[in-house]
Amino acid sequence: MGNLLEHMGVERDRVHFSWISSAEATKFVDVVKEISEKVRALGPNKKFVKDYN
Amino acid sequence: MDTCIQKIRELAADLLERGEVEKVIGFAQGTIPMATSPISVGTKQGVDNLVFNSTCGLNLANFASRQKGKIAIIAKGCDCRNIVTHIVENQLQRDQVYIIGVPCNGMVNKFKIAALFEDEITGFAEDGDTLTVSSSSQTKTLKKQEYLRENCLLCTHKNPVLYDVLAGDLVKEQVLENAFPDVDKIEAMDVDGRWQYFKRLTQNCIRCYACRNACPICYCPTCFVDEAGPQWVGKGQNKTDVDTFHFLRAFHCAGRCTDCGACVEACPMGINVRDFTRKLNKDALELFGWEAGLDISKRPPLDAYSPQDPDDFIK
Repeated sequence: MGNLLEHMGVERDRVHFSWISSAEATKFVDVVKEISEKVRALGPNKKFVKDYN
Repeated sequence: MDTCIQKIRELAADLLERGEVEKVIGFAQGTIPMATSPISVGTKQGVDNLVFNSTCGLNLANFASRQKGKIAIIAKGCDCRNIVTHIVENQLQRDQVYIIGVPCNGMVNKFKIAALFEDEITGFAEDGDTLTVSSSSQTKTLKKQEYLRENCLLCTHKNPVLYDVLAGDLVKEQVLENAFPDVDKIEAMDVDGRWQYFKRLTQNCIRCYACRNACPICYCPTCFVDEAGPQWVGKGQNKTDVDTFHFLRAFHCAGRCTDCGACVEACPMGINVRDFTRKLNKDALELFGWEAGLDISKRPPLDAYSPQDPDDFIK
């Protein structure tokens, strides 16, 4: 799915996949930090956003 | 007359007469030149309506399942692969269908031929590799090979993979150096270039869903776009909704699409719908070594787990 999104022009770092157990609090924090940093670096998303105006 | 058509009619008449099948699903001449439509023949007298030529671009596997009694079906290489997919996905039992395999030399791109004429095409005939197309003002003789559909040019399974009887001699399969030149071309663009490419691709989409209806693997009783509760995707012409439809439909075809080209054939707006599914076909081949519809004893990659499955996308 990530591959097709990337193929259609959605940045690879925009979409992340992870499997985190409820017992893996530290992994959850690490993953969320990493995602936040990568997405912040890309700036606001303009693709696949519905414009209601 | 074409020996292949003759053979199809003979086989169909014989099957119906012996009562082996209740009906034969094949192609009939359409009401305009360069068009054929699916037909279901239930009597021996009806078999004369069956035809087969380079304009039979739709996929008859679409009509193979949800039938009462045993049916016979005229199947090109890609139709056969979709029948295999139906059997693998339990939509159909092998003994419910009698497959009349037709080795195929490709179907013609009707948009490309129509673009050669300024007026309406009034006649279409073919003899081997030569096409004779006429309109009220001119007649052109064309080489079929130059007007094949894109998916037929890249086809490596022209011969039926599963059949009960053949209606023609097997043809030579081509060996391609690169099976996905079209996908590579898009992949070579940068991220915004690709976005713009797909934006242009779907800008004429009118959401008629002909691609979905023509697709043999789009058989869900209620498609996600028709669902009202919850409504997964907006029903209007909003660009994001249009793209969501195409993206999700393509993804539902991951590891199942046989690149038969029925979606492109059915599209009234000339959108190359395959640009979405081709990427998934390439991924299926590269990541799982999988081509859909080749073997009724194998489970598709998204249906089976293997410890070797690539997992570098997940953290």
